[in-house]
Amino acid sequence: MKIRKPSKEPPVHPKDSLLRVERIPHIWCPGCGIGTVFGAVMGAIQKSGCDLDRLAMVSGIGCTGRMAGYIRLDSFHTTHGRAIPFATGLKLARPETKVLVVSGDGDLLAIGGNHFIHAARRNIDLTVICVNNLNYGMTGGQQAPSTPFGARTPTSVAGSPEEPFNFCHLAAACGAVYVARWTALHIRLLTNAITEAMQKRGFSFLEVLTPCPSSFGRRNKMGSALDTLKFYHDRSVIRNGIDPRDALLDYDNQIVVGRFVDIERPTFTDNYEAVNLRHAMPSPEPERPQGRRKP
Amino acid sequence: MKYWRKPLDEAAAGKSRGEIVVIVDRCKGCGFCIAYCPRGVLRLSSGFNKKGYHPPEVVNAPKCAACHFCEALCPEFAIYVVEPDTKT
Ligand code: SF4
Ligand code: SF4
Ligand code: SF4
Repeated sequence: MKIRKPSKEPPVHPKDSLLRVERIPHIWCPGCGIGTVFGAVMGAIQKSGCDLDRLAMVSGIGCTGRMAGYIRLDSFHTTHGRAIPFATGLKLARPETKVLVVSGDGDLLAIGGNHFIHAARRNIDLTVICVNNLNYGMTGGQQAPSTPFGARTPTSVAGSPEEPFNFCHLAAACGAVYVARWTALHIRLLTNAITEAMQKRGFSFLEVLTPCPSSFGRRNKMGSALDTLKFYHDRSVIRNGIDPRDALLDYDNQIVVGRFVDIERPTFTDNYEAVNLRHAMPSPEPERPQGRRKP
Repeated sequence: MKYWRKPLDEAAAGKSRGEIVVIVDRCKGCGFCIAYCPRGVLRLSSGFNKKGYHPPEVVNAPKCAACHFCEALCPEFAIYVVEPDTKT
Protein backbone atom coordinates (compact mmCIF):
# COMPACT_ATOMS: atom_id res chain seq x y z
CA MET A 1 0.00 0.00 0.00
CA LYS A 2 1.17 3.47 -0.84
CA ILE A 3 1.40 5.85 2.03
CA ARG A 4 0.13 9.21 1.04
CA LYS A 5 2.84 11.83 1.20
CA PRO A 6 1.90 14.74 3.39
CA SER A 7 1.05 17.52 1.01
CA LYS A 8 0.91 21.26 1.44
CA GLU A 9 -2.73 21.30 0.33
CA PRO A 10 -5.16 20.93 3.22
CA PRO A 11 -7.13 17.69 2.95
CA VAL A 12 -10.55 18.01 1.32
CA HIS A 13 -13.32 15.85 2.70
CA PRO A 14 -15.73 14.50 0.04
CA LYS A 15 -18.59 16.42 1.67
CA ASP A 16 -16.71 19.73 1.78
CA SER A 17 -18.30 20.84 -1.47
CA LEU A 18 -21.65 21.07 0.34
CA LEU A 19 -20.28 22.46 3.59
CA ARG A 20 -19.58 26.03 4.56
CA VAL A 21 -16.14 24.89 5.65
CA GLU A 22 -15.26 28.27 7.08
CA ARG A 23 -17.84 27.59 9.82
CA ILE A 24 -16.51 24.12 10.68
CA PRO A 25 -15.97 22.86 13.41
CA HIS A 26 -19.67 23.21 14.09
CA ILE A 27 -21.22 23.95 17.48
CA TRP A 28 -22.64 20.48 18.14
CA CYS A 29 -21.27 18.70 21.19
CA PRO A 30 -18.68 15.92 20.82
CA GLY A 31 -20.57 12.76 19.91
CA CYS A 32 -23.80 14.56 19.06
CA GLY A 33 -25.61 12.61 16.35
CA ILE A 34 -26.78 15.69 14.45
CA GLY A 35 -23.46 15.86 12.61
CA THR A 36 -23.92 12.28 11.42
CA VAL A 37 -27.45 13.02 10.19
CA PHE A 38 -26.13 16.13 8.45
CA GLY A 39 -23.57 13.92 6.73
CA ALA A 40 -26.38 11.61 5.60
CA VAL A 41 -28.37 14.56 4.24
CA MET A 42 -25.36 15.74 2.26
CA GLY A 43 -24.68 12.20 1.10
CA ALA A 44 -28.27 11.87 -0.12
CA ILE A 45 -28.05 15.22 -1.94
CA GLN A 46 -24.84 14.11 -3.65
CA LYS A 47 -26.31 10.74 -4.52
CA SER A 48 -29.55 12.15 -5.91
CA GLY A 49 -27.55 14.35 -8.27
CA CYS A 50 -30.22 17.04 -8.13
CA ASP A 51 -29.57 20.56 -9.31
CA LEU A 52 -28.18 22.45 -6.34
CA ASP A 53 -29.67 25.70 -7.60
CA ARG A 54 -33.09 24.12 -7.31
CA LEU A 55 -32.67 22.86 -3.78
CA ALA A 56 -33.22 24.71 -0.54
CA MET A 57 -32.95 23.83 3.12
CA VAL A 58 -35.11 25.36 5.80
CA SER A 59 -34.69 24.83 9.53
CA GLY A 60 -36.13 26.16 12.74
CA ILE A 61 -34.54 26.89 16.09
CA GLY A 62 -32.58 24.46 18.19
CA CYS A 63 -29.45 22.36 17.90
CA THR A 64 -30.59 20.80 14.63
CA GLY A 65 -31.74 24.19 13.41
CA ARG A 66 -28.11 25.16 12.96
CA MET A 67 -27.83 22.80 10.03
CA ALA A 68 -29.19 25.39 7.63
CA GLY A 69 -26.26 27.61 8.54
CA TYR A 70 -23.67 24.99 7.68
CA ILE A 71 -24.90 23.85 4.30
CA ARG A 72 -23.66 25.49 1.13
CA LEU A 73 -27.09 25.81 -0.45
CA ASP A 74 -29.89 28.32 -0.39
CA SER A 75 -30.97 27.94 3.18
CA PHE A 76 -32.98 29.74 5.80
CA HIS A 77 -32.93 29.54 9.58
CA THR A 78 -36.46 30.56 10.56
CA THR A 79 -37.98 31.50 13.90
CA HIS A 80 -38.96 28.82 16.40
CA GLY A 81 -41.39 26.28 15.01
CA ARG A 82 -41.89 28.10 11.72
CA ALA A 83 -39.72 26.07 9.40
CA ILE A 84 -42.72 24.39 7.73
CA PRO A 85 -44.73 27.59 7.04
CA PHE A 86 -41.63 29.20 5.52
CA ALA A 87 -40.94 26.09 3.45
CA THR A 88 -44.58 25.97 2.34
CA GLY A 89 -44.37 29.52 1.06
CA LEU A 90 -41.12 28.77 -0.69
CA LYS A 91 -42.51 25.65 -2.33
CA LEU A 92 -45.67 27.39 -3.55
CA ALA A 93 -43.79 30.36 -4.91
CA ARG A 94 -41.07 28.23 -6.52
CA PRO A 95 -42.71 24.88 -7.30
CA GLU A 96 -39.66 23.70 -9.24
CA THR A 97 -37.49 23.88 -6.10
CA LYS A 98 -37.00 20.88 -3.87
CA VAL A 99 -37.40 21.96 -0.28
CA LEU A 100 -35.82 20.10 2.62
CA VAL A 101 -36.95 20.93 6.12
CA VAL A 102 -34.54 19.80 8.82
CA SER A 103 -35.25 20.51 12.45
CA GLY A 104 -35.50 19.02 15.89
CA ASP A 105 -38.41 17.33 17.59
CA GLY A 106 -39.16 20.33 19.80
CA ASP A 107 -39.18 22.75 16.91
CA LEU A 108 -41.13 20.66 14.40
CA LEU A 109 -43.57 18.82 16.59
CA ALA A 110 -44.06 20.86 19.75
CA ILE A 111 -43.84 24.52 18.86
CA GLY A 112 -44.45 23.88 15.17
CA GLY A 113 -46.85 20.98 15.73
CA ASN A 114 -49.83 22.68 14.18
CA HIS A 115 -47.93 23.59 11.04
CA PHE A 116 -46.72 20.03 10.81
CA ILE A 117 -50.14 18.40 10.91
CA HIS A 118 -51.62 20.80 8.37
CA ALA A 119 -48.71 20.56 5.95
CA ALA A 120 -49.09 16.77 6.08
CA ARG A 121 -52.86 17.01 5.64
CA ARG A 122 -52.48 19.30 2.62
CA ASN A 123 -49.70 17.09 1.28
CA ILE A 124 -47.37 19.97 0.54
CA ASP A 125 -44.41 18.67 -1.43
CA LEU A 126 -41.72 18.88 1.30
CA THR A 127 -39.14 16.49 2.70
CA VAL A 128 -39.20 16.88 6.46
CA ILE A 129 -36.39 15.38 8.52
CA CYS A 130 -36.89 15.44 12.27
CA VAL A 131 -33.79 14.85 14.34
CA ASN A 132 -35.14 13.42 17.57
CA ASN A 133 -32.80 13.85 20.53
CA LEU A 134 -35.64 13.29 23.04
CA ASN A 135 -35.40 16.73 24.69
CA TYR A 136 -34.88 20.46 24.09
CA GLY A 137 -31.09 20.18 23.87
CA MET A 138 -30.13 23.75 23.12
CA THR A 139 -32.05 25.44 25.92
CA GLY A 140 -30.89 23.08 28.65
CA GLY A 141 -32.55 19.74 28.11
CA GLN A 142 -36.15 20.47 29.07
CA GLN A 143 -38.89 17.91 28.57
CA ALA A 144 -40.21 17.69 25.01
CA PRO A 145 -43.13 15.81 23.46
CA SER A 146 -40.63 13.12 22.52
CA THR A 147 -39.23 12.59 26.03
CA PRO A 148 -39.86 8.96 27.02
CA PHE A 149 -42.16 8.23 29.94
CA GLY A 150 -40.19 8.35 33.17
CA ALA A 151 -37.09 10.05 31.71
CA ARG A 152 -35.38 12.76 33.76
CA THR A 153 -35.05 16.29 32.47
CA PRO A 154 -34.68 19.62 34.31
CA THR A 155 -38.46 20.09 33.96
CA SER A 156 -39.32 16.53 35.01
CA VAL A 157 -36.87 15.87 37.79
CA ALA A 158 -38.74 12.87 39.14
CA GLY A 159 -39.21 11.44 35.66
CA SER A 160 -41.52 12.49 32.87
CA PRO A 161 -45.16 11.81 33.74
CA GLU A 162 -46.27 12.10 30.11
CA GLU A 163 -46.57 9.64 27.28
CA PRO A 164 -44.50 10.84 24.32
CA PHE A 165 -45.78 11.25 20.79
CA ASN A 166 -45.21 8.57 18.21
CA PHE A 167 -44.19 11.00 15.48
CA CYS A 168 -44.37 8.43 12.70
CA HIS A 169 -47.92 7.50 13.61
CA LEU A 170 -48.85 11.18 13.80
CA ALA A 171 -47.36 11.92 10.37
CA ALA A 172 -49.06 8.92 8.80
CA ALA A 173 -52.41 9.76 10.39
CA CYS A 174 -52.19 13.31 9.05
CA GLY A 175 -51.60 12.05 5.53
CA ALA A 176 -47.84 11.95 4.89
CA VAL A 177 -46.99 9.92 1.79
CA TYR A 178 -43.64 8.65 3.07
CA VAL A 179 -42.84 7.90 6.70
CA ALA A 180 -39.71 6.27 8.04
CA ARG A 181 -37.69 6.12 11.23
CA TRP A 182 -33.99 5.36 11.56
CA THR A 183 -31.27 6.06 14.07
CA ALA A 184 -27.99 7.87 13.54
CA LEU A 185 -26.29 4.49 13.41
CA HIS A 186 -28.35 3.22 10.44
CA ILE A 187 -26.40 5.59 8.32
CA ARG A 188 -26.61 3.82 4.96
CA LEU A 189 -30.31 3.05 5.31
CA LEU A 190 -30.89 6.61 6.43
CA THR A 191 -29.04 8.04 3.42
CA ASN A 192 -31.10 5.84 1.09
CA ALA A 193 -34.28 6.85 2.88
CA ILE A 194 -33.49 10.56 2.47
CA THR A 195 -32.85 10.01 -1.25
CA GLU A 196 -36.17 8.17 -1.54
CA ALA A 197 -38.01 10.83 0.40
CA MET A 198 -36.54 13.57 -1.79
CA GLN A 199 -37.81 11.82 -4.91
CA LYS A 200 -41.27 11.45 -3.48
CA ARG A 201 -43.97 13.93 -4.52
CA GLY A 202 -45.77 15.11 -1.43
CA PHE A 203 -45.15 15.37 2.27
CA SER A 204 -42.44 12.92 3.28
CA PHE A 205 -41.34 12.52 6.86
CA LEU A 206 -38.24 10.97 8.41
CA GLU A 207 -37.57 10.67 12.10
CA VAL A 208 -33.95 10.08 13.13
CA LEU A 209 -33.05 9.13 16.67
CA THR A 210 -29.72 10.63 17.70
CA PRO A 211 -27.57 10.57 20.81
CA CYS A 212 -27.57 13.78 22.86
CA PRO A 213 -24.77 13.02 25.29
CA SER A 214 -24.54 16.47 26.89
CA SER A 215 -28.15 16.86 27.84
CA PHE A 216 -30.50 13.91 27.66
CA GLY A 217 -27.82 11.25 27.87
CA ARG A 218 -26.10 12.79 30.88
CA ARG A 219 -29.29 13.19 32.92
CA ASN A 220 -30.51 9.71 32.11
CA LYS A 221 -27.22 7.96 32.78
CA MET A 222 -26.87 6.77 29.23
CA GLY A 223 -23.09 7.08 29.31
CA SER A 224 -21.11 8.45 26.40
CA ALA A 225 -22.45 9.11 22.93
CA LEU A 226 -20.87 5.88 21.87
CA ASP A 227 -22.82 4.03 24.57
CA THR A 228 -26.04 5.54 23.20
CA LEU A 229 -25.14 4.39 19.69
CA LYS A 230 -24.52 0.92 21.08
CA PHE A 231 -27.86 1.12 22.90
CA TYR A 232 -29.57 1.88 19.58
CA HIS A 233 -27.55 -0.87 17.98
CA ASP A 234 -28.77 -3.43 20.53
CA ARG A 235 -32.39 -2.33 20.72
CA SER A 236 -33.30 -1.46 17.13
CA VAL A 237 -35.46 -3.85 15.18
CA ILE A 238 -36.12 -3.16 11.50
CA ARG A 239 -39.76 -3.75 10.60
CA ASN A 240 -40.46 -2.26 7.21
CA GLY A 241 -44.06 -1.77 6.18
CA ILE A 242 -45.73 -2.22 9.54
CA ASP A 243 -48.55 0.04 10.68
CA PRO A 244 -46.82 3.08 12.26
CA ARG A 245 -49.29 2.76 15.15
CA ASP A 246 -47.36 -0.37 16.11
CA ALA A 247 -43.93 1.18 15.53
CA LEU A 248 -43.28 1.76 19.18
CA LEU A 249 -40.31 3.37 20.82
CA ASP A 250 -40.07 1.19 23.88
CA TYR A 251 -36.63 2.01 25.22
CA ASP A 252 -36.69 -0.90 27.67
CA ASN A 253 -37.31 -3.51 25.02
CA GLN A 254 -37.14 -2.55 21.42
CA ILE A 255 -36.95 0.46 19.18
CA VAL A 256 -38.85 -0.18 15.98
CA VAL A 257 -37.25 1.41 12.92
CA GLY A 258 -37.94 1.08 9.21
CA ARG A 259 -39.97 2.51 6.39
CA PHE A 260 -43.60 2.45 7.42
CA VAL A 261 -45.51 4.37 4.75
CA ASP A 262 -44.87 4.81 1.04
CA ILE A 263 -48.04 5.78 -0.80
CA GLU A 264 -49.14 8.18 -3.54
CA ARG A 265 -51.77 10.86 -3.27
CA PRO A 266 -52.25 14.20 -5.03
CA THR A 267 -50.18 17.03 -3.63
CA PHE A 268 -51.51 20.40 -2.60
CA THR A 269 -50.30 21.92 -5.87
CA ASP A 270 -52.03 19.20 -7.95
CA ASN A 271 -55.31 19.76 -6.14
CA TYR A 272 -55.00 23.52 -6.25
CA GLU A 273 -54.49 23.47 -9.98
CA ALA A 274 -57.29 20.97 -10.54
CA VAL A 275 -59.77 22.99 -8.51
CA ASN A 276 -58.87 26.25 -10.18
CA LEU A 277 -59.06 24.68 -13.59
CA ARG A 278 -62.52 23.35 -12.80
CA HIS A 279 -63.49 26.75 -11.50
CA ALA A 280 -62.30 28.37 -14.68
CA MET A 281 -63.93 25.79 -16.97
CA PRO A 282 -67.56 27.09 -17.38
CA SER A 283 -66.47 30.28 -19.10
CA PRO A 284 -63.01 29.74 -20.48
CA GLU A 285 -61.33 32.97 -21.29
CA PRO A 286 -58.78 32.47 -24.05
CA GLU A 287 -56.70 35.42 -22.99
CA ARG A 288 -56.36 36.14 -19.36
CA PRO A 289 -56.49 39.84 -18.59
CA GLN A 290 -53.41 41.34 -17.01
CA GLY A 291 -53.36 41.68 -13.26
CA ARG A 292 -55.50 39.75 -10.82
CA ARG A 293 -58.04 37.31 -12.07
CA LYS A 294 -61.60 37.87 -10.83
CA PRO A 295 -62.95 34.94 -8.85
CA MET B 1 -7.31 -10.80 4.23
CA LYS B 2 -8.25 -14.37 5.15
CA TYR B 3 -11.14 -16.11 3.45
CA TRP B 4 -12.88 -19.24 4.62
CA ARG B 5 -12.75 -20.31 1.00
CA LYS B 6 -10.84 -18.86 -1.89
CA PRO B 7 -13.12 -16.79 -4.14
CA LEU B 8 -13.06 -18.09 -7.71
CA ASP B 9 -12.58 -14.65 -9.16
CA GLU B 10 -10.10 -13.40 -6.60
CA ALA B 11 -7.46 -12.47 -9.16
CA ALA B 12 -9.89 -10.62 -11.41
CA ALA B 13 -11.91 -8.90 -8.71
CA GLY B 14 -9.06 -7.74 -6.53
CA LYS B 15 -9.50 -6.39 -3.03
CA SER B 16 -10.53 -2.92 -2.15
CA ARG B 17 -8.01 -0.94 -0.22
CA GLY B 18 -8.35 2.42 1.33
CA GLU B 19 -6.07 5.15 2.51
CA ILE B 20 -7.42 6.90 5.55
CA VAL B 21 -7.15 10.65 5.91
CA VAL B 22 -7.87 12.23 9.29
CA ILE B 23 -8.42 15.97 9.39
CA VAL B 24 -7.01 16.10 12.87
CA ASP B 25 -8.19 19.52 13.98
CA ARG B 26 -11.85 18.85 13.11
CA CYS B 27 -12.06 15.76 15.33
CA LYS B 28 -13.87 15.88 18.68
CA GLY B 29 -12.73 12.47 19.82
CA CYS B 30 -16.13 10.78 20.02
CA GLY B 31 -14.67 7.42 19.07
CA PHE B 32 -17.49 6.43 16.66
CA CYS B 33 -15.08 5.66 13.84
CA ILE B 34 -12.89 3.55 16.08
CA ALA B 35 -15.69 1.50 17.62
CA TYR B 36 -17.55 0.88 14.38
CA CYS B 37 -14.67 0.19 11.99
CA PRO B 38 -15.42 -3.41 11.05
CA ARG B 39 -11.74 -4.23 10.64
CA GLY B 40 -10.17 -2.61 13.68
CA VAL B 41 -8.04 -0.23 11.67
CA LEU B 42 -8.20 2.75 14.00
CA ARG B 43 -7.39 3.54 17.59
CA LEU B 44 -7.55 6.59 19.81
CA SER B 45 -4.20 8.36 19.76
CA SER B 46 -2.59 9.64 22.90
CA GLY B 47 -1.79 12.98 21.28
CA PHE B 48 -4.02 16.04 21.35
CA ASN B 49 -5.32 18.17 18.53
CA LYS B 50 -5.66 21.95 18.56
CA LYS B 51 -8.87 21.76 20.60
CA GLY B 52 -7.58 19.22 23.11
CA TYR B 53 -9.30 16.12 21.79
CA HIS B 54 -7.65 12.79 20.99
CA PRO B 55 -8.08 12.13 17.28
CA PRO B 56 -7.99 8.58 15.92
CA GLU B 57 -4.83 7.17 14.44
CA VAL B 58 -4.35 4.42 11.91
CA VAL B 59 -2.82 1.30 13.40
CA ASN B 60 -3.55 -1.29 10.79
CA ALA B 61 -3.61 0.47 7.44
CA PRO B 62 -3.41 -2.61 5.17
CA LYS B 63 -6.60 -4.03 6.69
CA CYS B 64 -8.77 -1.09 5.63
CA ALA B 65 -11.34 -2.39 3.15
CA ALA B 66 -12.46 1.08 2.03
CA CYS B 67 -16.00 0.49 3.29
CA HIS B 68 -16.24 4.23 4.11
CA PHE B 69 -18.23 3.54 7.25
CA CYS B 70 -15.96 5.70 9.41
CA GLU B 71 -16.43 8.50 6.90
CA ALA B 72 -20.22 8.16 6.97
CA LEU B 73 -20.51 7.97 10.74
CA CYS B 74 -18.14 10.78 11.73
CA PRO B 75 -20.23 13.71 12.97
CA GLU B 76 -17.39 16.16 12.36
CA PHE B 77 -16.45 15.34 8.74
CA ALA B 78 -12.99 14.68 10.13
CA ILE B 79 -12.15 11.34 8.54
CA TYR B 80 -12.42 10.04 5.00
CA VAL B 81 -11.06 7.30 2.85
CA VAL B 82 -9.59 7.49 -0.63
CA GLU B 83 -9.29 4.45 -2.80
CA PRO B 84 -6.04 4.26 -4.75
CA ASP B 85 -6.53 3.50 -8.45
CA THR B 86 -4.61 0.25 -8.40
CA LYS B 87 -6.46 -2.62 -6.83
CA THR B 88 -4.12 -5.31 -5.61
S1 SF4 C 1 -27.24 19.53 23.44
FE1 SF4 C 1 -27.56 17.46 22.67
S2 SF4 C 1 -28.52 17.72 20.64
FE2 SF4 C 1 -27.64 19.70 21.23
S3 SF4 C 1 -25.60 19.73 20.29
FE3 SF4 C 1 -25.35 18.95 22.37
S4 SF4 C 1 -25.50 16.74 22.20
FE4 SF4 C 1 -26.32 17.60 20.31
S1 SF4 D 1 -13.07 2.57 5.52
FE1 SF4 D 1 -13.98 0.92 6.74
S2 SF4 D 1 -12.29 -0.50 7.12
FE2 SF4 D 1 -11.36 1.43 6.48
S3 SF4 D 1 -10.94 2.54 8.38
FE3 SF4 D 1 -12.95 3.22 7.68
S4 SF4 D 1 -14.43 1.89 8.72
FE4 SF4 D 1 -12.39 0.90 8.87
S1 SF4 E 1 -15.79 9.79 14.37
FE1 SF4 E 1 -14.85 11.71 13.71
S2 SF4 E 1 -14.94 13.06 15.49
FE2 SF4 E 1 -15.31 10.96 16.22
S3 SF4 E 1 -13.26 10.23 16.83
FE3 SF4 E 1 -13.58 9.58 14.71
S4 SF4 E 1 -12.67 11.24 13.48
FE4 SF4 E 1 -12.94 12.05 15.55
